[in-house]
Amino acid sequence: MHMADALLSPAVGGAMCAVAAVTIAHCSRRIRNEADDRRVPLMGVLGAFLFAAQMINFAIPGTGSSGHLGGGLLLAILLGPHAAFLVVASVLIVQALFFADGGLLALGCNIFNLGFFPAFVGYPLYRWLAGTSPGSARATAAAMIAAVLSLQLGALAVVLETVASGISALPFKTFTLFMLPIHVAIGIVEGLVTAAVVAFVRRSRPGILPAAVSSGSSIAGTAMTFLAVALVLGGVGSWFASKSPDGLEWSVAQAAGAAAPGPQRTTVHVTLDRVQQEIAVLPDYGFRHEGAAAAQPQTVPHAGLENAGKARVGTSVAGMVGGAMSLVFALLIGFALKTRPGRR
Amino acid sequence: MSAPAVLAGLLDFRRLDLLATGESALHRLDARAKVIVTLVFVVCVMSFGRYSVAALLPFFVFPIAITGGARLPATLIWRKIVLVLPIALVIGLPNPLFDREPLLEVGGIGVSGGWVSMLSIMLRAMLAAAASIVLVAVTGFPAICGALERIGMPRPLAVQLLFLYRYLAVLGEDAARMVTAHELRSGGRPMSIRLYGALLGRLLLRTWDRAERIYLAMCARGFTGEFRSGGSSRFGWPEIAYVAGWCGLFLLLRTHDVTHWLGAATLGALQ
Amino acid sequence: MSHHLVEACGLTHVYEDDTVALRDVSFRITHGESVAIIGANGAGKSTLIMHLNGHLTPTRGEVRIGETPLTRKTLPAIRRTVGLVFQDPDDQLFMPTVYDDVAFGPRNQGLPEEEVDRRVREALECVGVWNVRAKPPYRLSGGEKKRVAIAGVLAMAPDILVMDEPTSGLDPRARRQLIGLLADFSHTRIFTSHDLDMVLELCARTIVLFEGAVMADGPTRGILTDDALLSRCQLERPLALQASAACGHCNT
Repeated sequence: MHMADALLSPAVGGAMCAVAAVTIAHCSRRIRNEADDRRVPLMGVLGAFLFAAQMINFAIPGTGSSGHLGGGLLLAILLGPHAAFLVVASVLIVQALFFADGGLLALGCNIFNLGFFPAFVGYPLYRWLAGTSPGSARATAAAMIAAVLSLQLGALAVVLETVASGISALPFKTFTLFMLPIHVAIGIVEGLVTAAVVAFVRRSRPGILPAAVSSGSSIAGTAMTFLAVALVLGGVGSWFASKSPDGLEWSVAQAAGAAAPGPQRTTVHVTLDRVQQEIAVLPDYGFRHEGAAAAQPQTVPHAGLENAGKARVGTSVAGMVGGAMSLVFALLIGFALKTRPGRR
Repeated sequence: MSAPAVLAGLLDFRRLDLLATGESALHRLDARAKVIVTLVFVVCVMSFGRYSVAALLPFFVFPIAITGGARLPATLIWRKIVLVLPIALVIGLPNPLFDREPLLEVGGIGVSGGWVSMLSIMLRAMLAAAASIVLVAVTGFPAICGALERIGMPRPLAVQLLFLYRYLAVLGEDAARMVTAHELRSGGRPMSIRLYGALLGRLLLRTWDRAERIYLAMCARGFTGEFRSGGSSRFGWPEIAYVAGWCGLFLLLRTHDVTHWLGAATLGALQ
Repeated sequence: MSHHLVEACGLTHVYEDDTVALRDVSFRITHGESVAIIGANGAGKSTLIMHLNGHLTPTRGEVRIGETPLTRKTLPAIRRTVGLVFQDPDDQLFMPTVYDDVAFGPRNQGLPEEEVDRRVREALECVGVWNVRAKPPYRLSGGEKKRVAIAGVLAMAPDILVMDEPTSGLDPRARRQLIGLLADFSHTRIFTSHDLDMVLELCARTIVLFEGAVMADGPTRGILTDDALLSRCQLERPLALQASAACGHCNT
């Protein structure tokens, strides 16, 4: 899932942009040093390929809905992780600019969520599971597991970024229990499609697939795969947790303030609670903090701009009138500029 | 089902790209100025607290003024902005569900904070979309890449972006043709995963071959790994004025409650 | 002037899968000549073209450009002399704008920017597409793309112009304009083509390939009226030389 500007605060967005920028710089340096000129046009057209592929939808069996390829894992298999990361970044940048997909501030988040995990976590896992000359069943299974893991991590990252920003009121637990199971399903489909394309290419043009593209130290790879397995299990576990209706109902009911049924204290919920507490400690972004302030709309404005914003809402009529007027002014300015005399 | 969608997406891309060939003073400004102003705009808008609604409205003056000043087709720009509303609605919907504390009263009815913040989310989404659309419409993608590179983006990514931009339409049309070929023989059945994989596989192989030919063409004209860019760009007084003016306005609107003042003054005057 | 010389001596090329693409091809093309290389699909035309600027290395024999043998060291110099225009201009126009694409060659040659600008302008004006210099290639028509591709090669000031299927994919008017353009060039010109009418118009000399070997090498008219030869090589006469259905005469 794409992260959107509208749910993002500048602090979180800026931090993720910095992380993405560092990763881009690292991958760029790596590409430059490898000095394989053939790669330059190949990365470019594969980016266009990915873009085009994402515009085509296929039917997801049994659900009646459609999906499309994410592509990070496939690109990593074809190009190696560093090039794949840059290609995914480029596709996201073009999507943000031309199609307003996600947004400019959210680019850092999206590049990291959708580029880093498939290339640097999913792909090493795939290599480890699929081995050097995989039969198709093994490769398909490896692709599915790698894709599920990458998407789980990406989904978790979206949840963390959203909750840390404090714009959305969706509680961490609910959001997580919603996102992770869905992305298990999306990941399975992504893995199937990736494996299908790789199998096709292997049959028709085996020379294309690099035998073993260097992807950094194997120690890091092994460590990541252990983390991987743990998170996959966590994702599958949350699937089962959410399948029991009590879990979700309970968190919704609690948030809505209604009488909660007997809370289901599975280990999943306990862990999620603990994580939520950690996040709520982040200054100015835990929504408990905001919830308390919102209860007294006539609060004296604090130094924090955010609280000043809430104080403004308290005197809403003047604000609305002023807002409407400023919109009208803006439109008048725009109209005047457009119809001014001069070159057309 | 899919081929028209692919072609519609491409058409959108082409239309927006075409706007960048306009000849207004805004088009002629150095790309760096426009990129910087856009980024400051986005940061200012997204830095508002979750319950800000009225304070966001004055920010529309930026995309509106650019649209007018560069003589962009207003309906096209508006259509593209409005396109993000359904998604904004979906991502904003949890807010009224989870944030039920009443925040203000409108005509005697209590409105919960959740609805206010949902409205805020939708406004943010529109402003974010508007910012990127007008940026591309008055700057053009190659110029944006050049500006980003001068600001610090690494060369391999800049080259990658330019290639992607160049071949997007070519591959999009390739894909649309293949999807059409499938649709003509599929009898209305949606594409299965296996077929999708095979279609992508064929498209991938053609893309790979094309990359080989492009590489040969590059070598034939002396390519040795380095992309030399020519052309200069000047960041002069118009650019400085543009950046200072807009950024000043954004900061003013962000730190001072202009809408409240405007509304209070108007209401006061009416009484 | 010897540096316009294109010479193949016993050129043989065998691909990795053991297909013999070229068998002992030899010819000598001198300054200012306009030569067509024709043959059925798979006869080896494209393979031969790729040897002329060093994309492929011969299995046996050698290629000389202007008395210089084609080796790794001489490759950059030879690529400056031999300008190759590919069949699909989309493969050749890979830069985001027309101007940048035509400037690609001169910039790679390390020329100062004013010189680059002069060359680009000259090349684009020569082919008549200066007005589209700011456009991205995907927005050009087929004919415009072909001409920009030629401009991109011309900007490097080559002595020898090699074109792979120059008129393929062009509508009649674009084709006519291209033929007019090519007729005016003073470079040594080598074309591969299925468009035998264009060959008749533009090329005084023709080399016929069949299954990788040279079957004929001589004046165009003689070859294109030799029905036995054409039939053996899976070709036929150009329309201009076929008996007219209306009047039964052949325009010989």
